[in-house]
Amino acid sequence: MSTPTVAISAAELCVERRAARSAWRLWPRFSLVVAAILLAVSNLFQFWHLVLNAPQYPGGLRVTLYTHKLVGDVREVDGLNHYIGMMPLNDAASFERSIAMWAIGIFVVLGIMAGLLATRKAAWLALPIVVFPLAFAADLWFWLYRAGNNLDPTAAITIKAFTPAIVGRGVVGQFSTDAMFGLGFWIAIAAAIIALAGLVGRLRTVTDRGA
Amino acid sequence: MDHHPRNRSVNRRNLLGGIGAAATVPVGAAMLGGLGFNRASAADDLSDEANDIIKARELSPEDVTAALETYMPSGRMDDYLMFTSSGHAGQVYVIGVPSMRVYKTIAVFTPEPWQGYGFSEETKAVLAGGNINGKEITHGDTHHIALSETDGNYDGQFCFINEKTHGRIGVIGLHDFATRQIVKNPLLVSEHGGCFVTPNTEYILEADQYPTPLGVGEYAPISEYKEKYRGACCFWKFDREAGQIVPGDSFAIETPPYGHDLADAGKGASDGWAFWNSFNSEMAVGGNMDGNPPLEVGASQRDMDYLHVVNYRKAAELVAAGKTDKLKDFNFIPMQMAIDEGLLYLVPEPKSPHGVDVTPDGKHLVISGKLDPHVTIFSFEKMQAAIAKGGHETDEFGVPILPFEECLEAQVELGLGPLHTQFDNSGYAYTSLFLDSAVARWSPGKDGKWELIEKVPVHYNVGHIAAAHGDTVAPDGTYLVALNKWSVDRFPPVGPLLPQNLQLLDIREGKQMRPLADMPLGFGEPHYAQIIRTDLIDAWDTYPQEEDKVGWNAVTHDWHPQGTRVGDEKIEVNGTDVKVWMTVMRSRFTPDRIEVNQGDTVTIYLTNIESAKDATHGFVMGGQNISLSLEPGETETVTFVADTAGVYPYYCTEFCSALHIEMAGYFLVKPAS
Repeated sequence: MSTPTVAISAAELCVERRAARSAWRLWPRFSLVVAAILLAVSNLFQFWHLVLNAPQYPGGLRVTLYTHKLVGDVREVDGLNHYIGMMPLNDAASFERSIAMWAIGIFVVLGIMAGLLATRKAAWLALPIVVFPLAFAADLWFWLYRAGNNLDPTAAITIKAFTPAIVGRGVVGQFSTDAMFGLGFWIAIAAAIIALAGLVGRLRTVTDRGA
Repeated sequence: MDHHPRNRSVNRRNLLGGIGAAATVPVGAAMLGGLGFNRASAADDLSDEANDIIKARELSPEDVTAALETYMPSGRMDDYLMFTSSGHAGQVYVIGVPSMRVYKTIAVFTPEPWQGYGFSEETKAVLAGGNINGKEITHGDTHHIALSETDGNYDGQFCFINEKTHGRIGVIGLHDFATRQIVKNPLLVSEHGGCFVTPNTEYILEADQYPTPLGVGEYAPISEYKEKYRGACCFWKFDREAGQIVPGDSFAIETPPYGHDLADAGKGASDGWAFWNSFNSEMAVGGNMDGNPPLEVGASQRDMDYLHVVNYRKAAELVAAGKTDKLKDFNFIPMQMAIDEGLLYLVPEPKSPHGVDVTPDGKHLVISGKLDPHVTIFSFEKMQAAIAKGGHETDEFGVPILPFEECLEAQVELGLGPLHTQFDNSGYAYTSLFLDSAVARWSPGKDGKWELIEKVPVHYNVGHIAAAHGDTVAPDGTYLVALNKWSVDRFPPVGPLLPQNLQLLDIREGKQMRPLADMPLGFGEPHYAQIIRTDLIDAWDTYPQEEDKVGWNAVTHDWHPQGTRVGDEKIEVNGTDVKVWMTVMRSRFTPDRIEVNQGDTVTIYLTNIESAKDATHGFVMGGQNISLSLEPGETETVTFVADTAGVYPYYCTEFCSALHIEMAGYFLVKPAS
């Protein structure tokens, strides 16, 4: 800001600077709201997918996981999995998927409240957004572990217990598998980072007046 | 679907140079491409191996280019699919062009175990549509393919096939390449002039070949041929939405007993009219054991027979207005009504012609002479002028005859035995010459010229020819297939019954016609074929499956009421009536054990619940004459009486999986006593 004339007083200048500073100081609250919105948006996109390649499936088989549903060649993969005695995909994490929409909806509302409520401690309401992608990944790993380590011993083909890779390449029989997190997960990660920053920022601005 | 332009990566100018290095290059390219080597650079990067192969196999430059035109690296799709009849094999074949590989047999009039056609209750019902007075007929003589058309061009939705021996038509759906309906013509004992479709597939044309008293089972002594024997030009109404011929809306026009040969529907300028040749205006009836000339001689005495010109649109209006009669429950227009209403005219045509083919613009009709070395070209416009003029002579039945000269546009001498004509996109016509064993390219008025351009020999005795979209309003002008009746010396000896020879010709503009490939066909005798662009066909990978629905009826093309999901399998016993709802998947039948008592009536509803492309399962059971082919998503029914006690394993006939052998079950029939 330039000071073209001497007419502007020191007091006026001080007020202006404080106003700018206090707007800037709103960023933690702003980012908590942004994080909440991002978490809502993430739900529109896939969180994880698994591609299975084998000679007789030239286009590969693909299973795509959203927070609340499993789509793609689920039946075909289940059909193949029965040979090694693996549980049907839809039996895994069925409780988590059934409540996902509600839970995320609540997290989003809490995140927005964290940003809007005047008390600084309200920022803790955004904690679920910070934790969500980590909890998702942990739960996914748990179910992958469970599926691969509880194979039906009477299955036609006996293979050693294994934990399918949550990310990266694996091999089962003639299939090579590629697993990767999807866009929704990365948006949720971004939401978590932004929420964490907002949370920390909000809690550390202890000297701020009037906020 | 891939639509590969030909010669994309091959330099043709080099190729035509001879068996030099340039010519050898692409052969290697093809070889390497097939093995999965670097295809992009193959034309620039070839070893001497290609040259060695050419020398060792004594290939000419023409051979090499022909091979390159037709070779298909694994996974490459053909530009076209050819649908051919199979003659008395009673089926339809699907063949790739230009590779000339057979992709499929479509069972129509004959039970066929690979497809399970005629073994399930669903397909038995289709075959039963062709029963004659309740009698099961398990053979057929298929002649003329007709692909469904929209605006005069193939639309890839349906395929119709006629059956000469019994006067029947089959309807094939092209989502699944399977037969959905057979209808029996109640008036005709045999037929030939079908199938030909009108430009929007409103009607499918069919006519008698050998006149009889109209109506199956009707009798009159042959001495009353002129009085009692008749022909009929029939128009089957097609309901595209339902994928079914509607007999109640179809109709027939009575004609003199001249014996109809081939037909064509008008299009463009001649839309609304239909044309049939005839071959026996002599009305010869044979009797060579009684001192009469044989039928073939008797029927070839006059110099002229009659082209039948039919105003079917006007006829359809009469039918719709309820002004027509019924014969054998079929809408019927008696000959006198056809004469009075101006529905039927005759035009003299040279002796015993075979094909009548309408030009792509619909303005001309090409009559193939058969016993006359010319093709005769009539002008539809001139015909209409002659009709308008009135005051015609009639034949002895009172049918008006339009003067030959007034309808004639031109005659072109092509050679011996002209049979059938097709067209290309640059204004040329192609006619098969049966006796010359050749295909003629000629100019049907292109730049005002009516003349023979060139002929190319084919091997041997060519019948029909089929060019890519060659009988539509918009021919493609790329390939033509000659359907040769004799192969004589073309293939290794396989005994006295020889394969047919389907020969692929290159007819692209700007160069001479040339043969590209021979295709032996040793399981039927194709008559007519049609060649459609592959990308026009919308073939399903599997039958439809939805979240909460499984089990498609491939005949009714709707959900099968007995479609069974996993977990819903059951066996219901009701006295001596046993019903089984079975699911089929890799690698099990559920249930895999069924126990009944001798004499029980058993019905099994089988649903293939697979969703993967190509995951077909078969179902066979010893002693019951059962062979099903269950495509992914399909439900079929078998019903039989367990009349013989014993233990009968059932199993999957398609090698479906690593545990295919284990995909089996036991059907146990406990003795009655």
